[in-house]
Amino acid sequence: MREPSGLRLEGVSRRYQGSGRGVEALSLDVRPGELLALIGASGSGKTTTLRMVAGYEPPDAGRIALVSAAGAERDITREPPQRRGFGMVFQHYALFPHMSVQENVAFGLEARRVPKAERLARATEALAGVGLAGYGPRAVQALSGGEQQRVALARALVIEPNVLLLDEPLSNLDPTLRQTTRDELREMLHRLHVTAMFVTHDQEDAFAVADRVAMLCAGRLEQVGTPEALYQAPASQVVAKFVGRGTFAPAAADGDTAIVTIGGVSQRAPLGSAHGTGDRWAVLRPESLTAVEPATGEAWHGTVQTRRFAGDHYVYRVGDIAGAAEPLEVMCEHGNFAEGDAVAVRLRPKPLALVAAQRAS
Amino acid sequence: MNKRFTGLAVAVLAILAWSVVYPNLSVVAGSFAHGGRDWLAFFQSPADHEALVNTLVIAVASVASALAVGVPLAFLLTRFEFRGRRFMSAVATLPAALPPLVGVIAFMFLYGESGVVTRGVQTLFGLAHPPWTFTGVWAIVFVHAYTMYVYVFLFVSAGLERYDTSLDEAAEGLGAPAALRLRRVTLPLLTPSLIGSMLLVFMSALGSFSAPYIFGGGARVLSTQILVSKLNGSMGMAYVETSMLVITAIVALAVLRWIERRREYAMSGKGRVTRTVVRSPFWRHAAPAVAALAVVFLVLPHAMVVLVSFARDGAWTTQVLPPQYTLDNFRRLATDPDLIQPITNSVSMAAIATAANVVVCFLAAYLLVLSRAPGKRLLGLLVALPWAIPATAIALGLAATFDRNALASAKLLLVGTFWILPLAYFVRNIPVVTNAIEGSLRQMDPTIEDAARGLGASWMLAMRRVVLPAARPGLVAGAMLAAVAAVGEFVASIVLYSHSNRPISMEILSQLRGLSFGTAAAYSVLLIALVLAITTGARWAESRMA
Repeated sequence: MREPSGLRLEGVSRRYQGSGRGVEALSLDVRPGELLALIGASGSGKTTTLRMVAGYEPPDAGRIALVSAAGAERDITREPPQRRGFGMVFQHYALFPHMSVQENVAFGLEARRVPKAERLARATEALAGVGLAGYGPRAVQALSGGEQQRVALARALVIEPNVLLLDEPLSNLDPTLRQTTRDELREMLHRLHVTAMFVTHDQEDAFAVADRVAMLCAGRLEQVGTPEALYQAPASQVVAKFVGRGTFAPAAADGDTAIVTIGGVSQRAPLGSAHGTGDRWAVLRPESLTAVEPATGEAWHGTVQTRRFAGDHYVYRVGDIAGAAEPLEVMCEHGNFAEGDAVAVRLRPKPLALVAAQRAS
Repeated sequence: MNKRFTGLAVAVLAILAWSVVYPNLSVVAGSFAHGGRDWLAFFQSPADHEALVNTLVIAVASVASALAVGVPLAFLLTRFEFRGRRFMSAVATLPAALPPLVGVIAFMFLYGESGVVTRGVQTLFGLAHPPWTFTGVWAIVFVHAYTMYVYVFLFVSAGLERYDTSLDEAAEGLGAPAALRLRRVTLPLLTPSLIGSMLLVFMSALGSFSAPYIFGGGARVLSTQILVSKLNGSMGMAYVETSMLVITAIVALAVLRWIERRREYAMSGKGRVTRTVVRSPFWRHAAPAVAALAVVFLVLPHAMVVLVSFARDGAWTTQVLPPQYTLDNFRRLATDPDLIQPITNSVSMAAIATAANVVVCFLAAYLLVLSRAPGKRLLGLLVALPWAIPATAIALGLAATFDRNALASAKLLLVGTFWILPLAYFVRNIPVVTNAIEGSLRQMDPTIEDAARGLGASWMLAMRRVVLPAARPGLVAGAMLAAVAAVGEFVASIVLYSHSNRPISMEILSQLRGLSFGTAAAYSVLLIALVLAITTGARWAESRMA
């Protein structure tokens, strides 16, 4: 197996007239063999980025290059898709409906003028690799969504792509299938040691599959890092909101302590990370908070609006807190509180992330 | 419920058997009236051999040239964005708006021996003779390419609109160069559109009458040969020729359907069209220029007919353009009773035929879609049959069958009467009208009718309040198509008309024979106006009822 190449995007831009959508000066490195997820809301530019990397859309500015393990760059900005040698899995899989499963998988080899016997043998092998041994002669319409997804993957992998691109590869699968498929996907891509970039609007998919996650918002890169980094140390409110539940409250950093103030009542917790300048907000994840019996001292007082059982813990939604813009979501190990109960909300002694405060969220 | 369906089915089948099957069987029977003698004569006659070969050559060449024009144009207009694209798209279907004979006449005015373009080129280069003679097989194919590429263009454009372009992108990403993508992915996936349009072109070219009749020169084809035999009184031979034409049509139908069936599959995913903006500096300027040229070529026939309609009869002899212009032609169409009669004939015959089509075809479509009546397969076959039979053959069948009153053999004397032409128009339009209504009814949830009946509605009430409203778009579209086809009909008319019921098309032909080009063109303009009025009226009716 050959060494995978990395991918380098430098100041890549693509603007659509009038729509305000597109990608603005995006710079991003995907290391050889790395699985990078591109996440963001719809219209954030993630699919446009993927299509530019694949070569289906030309960037208006910037440069896209393949980087070998030794560090040598090959500029592919102007290369047409068929010469990039990338494998792509489309959102709706784009399987050729007039070809059998095997012919679909062998098509990339046909384009490379691999003799028929060899390409069919390699297609069979690739199908076995995705757990579809014996599916070759079937019609693609006869397959389930999950099977189609694997055929699309086999078709993209059989050409031994420089980079594998996946556009929402899991979005067409039902929830149970989705969970097993994404574990398999990660396992398979790691085993093959292939560089992959995949687009998803689902943060859970991204966290489950990717080594690193890049979040786009309105065509700009908000943050790139490990899933842990994005969750625990979000660079902005947008990232914090996208990658998990939580509410925001005014806060300040004092050395390695974060001070969160709601309605004039301040509470302290260790400072985990602080991004941005000026006014700051703390990212209050449900697990950063706990609810106790109403008591005096540093606590935010409110009433339980809803109570949700989540397996080994409970999540309370606590409203009517003086000075709070919205109810707080609080995680508790016990279910002792009922809806309507008065409670006090306390910060747990866990690192808190601070982000720059935004006027409009 | 079932009894009612059965009664209805029997009635509709009886009408179709009488008007569609019986005449064609009469033709086959007629071809054997002298034993096998007429068949033997057909296969020994060099003229008929030539006609058969010419007919096939013309049909195949028409399909090839319609594909050559229609497919690239459909790709250009659905896949690319350039200046003038929208206008070009609007104009691309113009040739379909020309009634059959009118298109041919326009080509005669333009490219015929004394046509404007012919004389223009001759004068420009000071040639002693016209630069070309616009006659024979290739002239016919040229006219067919102009009028019939529209089928290919429309079918392939529709196919491309439904096409999921990510399939092409997938092939591209897998390393397939453009030629391989086209050969292995795009074209195979467009097979249904391609075959559908090829069938339509092949059938139209096979049965085409006006182009061979006007531009044939010495070249014989089966459809004109049939008329010659009939006029010579060799009815047996006419029947043999008609049978051969029908056999050719049915074989072609079977072959193309067989190819289509081998390629059956459903398009997965949704259609997604992305238009590539033309960026290369050469094509950014060349594309609009080429488009403009094409537009001129497409509009020229219409413009020519309009121009000549203002030419004074008899004044246009050797000049490039008609020298004198007048409103007289139109004035006479409006005042001379002899010239008005073809207009009232065409309009009333088209109206009668269309009304009959709407009623019978609605019942047929209703039975086909919503009933479990016995004989549905047979019914489906019968309503499609006139489509596979060239119009000349349909006309000859009617002539062979309805030539005397004989109740015992279900024959009526219609030949020579007013009623023979409405009947012919009715038969020709059965497939298209039924198809349109069927399309609408198939979109209706069949349980709706059951629901209405379950709520206590009588069959009539359910029909009036539920089924008819669902069928409405198809009824309007079908009536429009039938009326447009009937008002300009030429091919069956020339076989069956008599002086008292001569339609506009026949009057155009007789004016041309009398060299009254201006009057012929004025009729043509009137015909185009009628077609426009019908289509606009249908669109208005549909929007008002929706």
